[in-house]
Amino acid sequence: MYAPFELDIPTDLDGALAALANGGGKTVLPIAGGTNLIVDIRAKRERPDRMVGLGEVDELLGMDFGPERIAIGGRTTVSDLLRSPEIAQAAPSLIDAARLFGGLMVRNTGTVAGNIASGSPAADLVPPLLVLDAELTLASASATRTLALDDYYLGYKQDARRPDELITRISWPRLPENSANTFYKLARRKGDAITVTGVAVTLSVTDGSCTRARIALASVAPIVRRVKEAEAVLEGEALTPALIDEAATAAADACTPIDDIRASAGYRRHTVQALTRRLVTQAWDRLA
Amino acid sequence: MPETRTITLRINGREEEGRFPAQRTLLEALRHLGHMEVKCGCEKGDCGACAVLLDGMAVDSCLTLAWMAAGKEVTTVSGLGDLDSPHPLQTAFADGGAAQCGYCIPGIIIAAKAIIDAHPEPSEDDIRLGLSGNLCRCTGYTKIFEAIADAAGEMRAEGGAP
Repeated sequence: MYAPFELDIPTDLDGALAALANGGGKTVLPIAGGTNLIVDIRAKRERPDRMVGLGEVDELLGMDFGPERIAIGGRTTVSDLLRSPEIAQAAPSLIDAARLFGGLMVRNTGTVAGNIASGSPAADLVPPLLVLDAELTLASASATRTLALDDYYLGYKQDARRPDELITRISWPRLPENSANTFYKLARRKGDAITVTGVAVTLSVTDGSCTRARIALASVAPIVRRVKEAEAVLEGEALTPALIDEAATAAADACTPIDDIRASAGYRRHTVQALTRRLVTQAWDRLA
Repeated sequence: MPETRTITLRINGREEEGRFPAQRTLLEALRHLGHMEVKCGCEKGDCGACAVLLDGMAVDSCLTLAWMAAGKEVTTVSGLGDLDSPHPLQTAFADGGAAQCGYCIPGIIIAAKAIIDAHPEPSEDDIRLGLSGNLCRCTGYTKIFEAIADAAGEMRAEGGAP
């Protein structure tokens, strides 16, 4: 660590929000697990003047399993998700993503809010949260607001969080009965790998018809995003292989992948189509 | 100028003080204090060579700011055991030839301790998932997996080791 910065370690949420609010024109960044941020500072991609360490802000911990909604604190770690039988039951796609997330030490300290706020197009927890219709609570010293995760990303590494705000909670409605919720991470290895193509799917089925479809993609666009074009093909229909193919093609057409060190754009587009078809087919076969 | 601060770390059961600026990582602080058994590898959270237990939880010390570890219990591989009184993991790694160059092993033994703490009878899947943040470029991992399973068996036979 070479670039010097100042560090506040507030002991409660009010202290953290006050520290973020009093930047005085300086760059002030919150830090929880630091698994992205420390790396970015070392690589000089981030140059904070001051950091606000959240390690003692216990208001950001905890999970709440209500009858209608599930809510988790922003500092919930990836390992916390994996240790929770309630999460496994209520959000299987999140567990699919958490199991293959980084390595053990990164899972132990990396947080859900940090993964969202990193803005990475490859953020593995985001596609599952998008297909769960997750909502964020953003708090600042002066106000608290909620925002659909679907409205959070504005562009590559650009998001709706103001510098004085923290993602304090992430919540989502319980899945309707007869729903499937999965995530598939395509990567070179099963551990410690950056996603080549990530696909998350939620399908709800009533009386032989798909009542709700959610499909979200990672690593194939400047942001993690839903493909509503593909969802619209499925909703209200009794699914057939032809219809599923049509949705998979719509997903592949909607994504905007790039060539990089991990895969070509063409391979990514191909795998979006194949994985969307596979996950939707598996979900439909299980539910219908 | 950003301030420096004197912090107290509890390292392997002993309190140690050091004066560090805010940007100093726990890895740098530990090595500054003479704990050379904690290795510096990638400094990106990929290799796990710098892993230590922080209040019993495995973390990459290269991604942890020293100030934020103040007052917590830090356990390095040396805190698990030594030549006179080795931990079952250390014995199993030595007996099984699970170390070649050895650079990654301090971090791997820390991750292995965390695996066995969470899964006293770890499956191969538990071991693989638990070691997914540790790179070894020598061994091919087979003997590492075997050593961890052997140590877990030994610890169960002892009825729970330190």
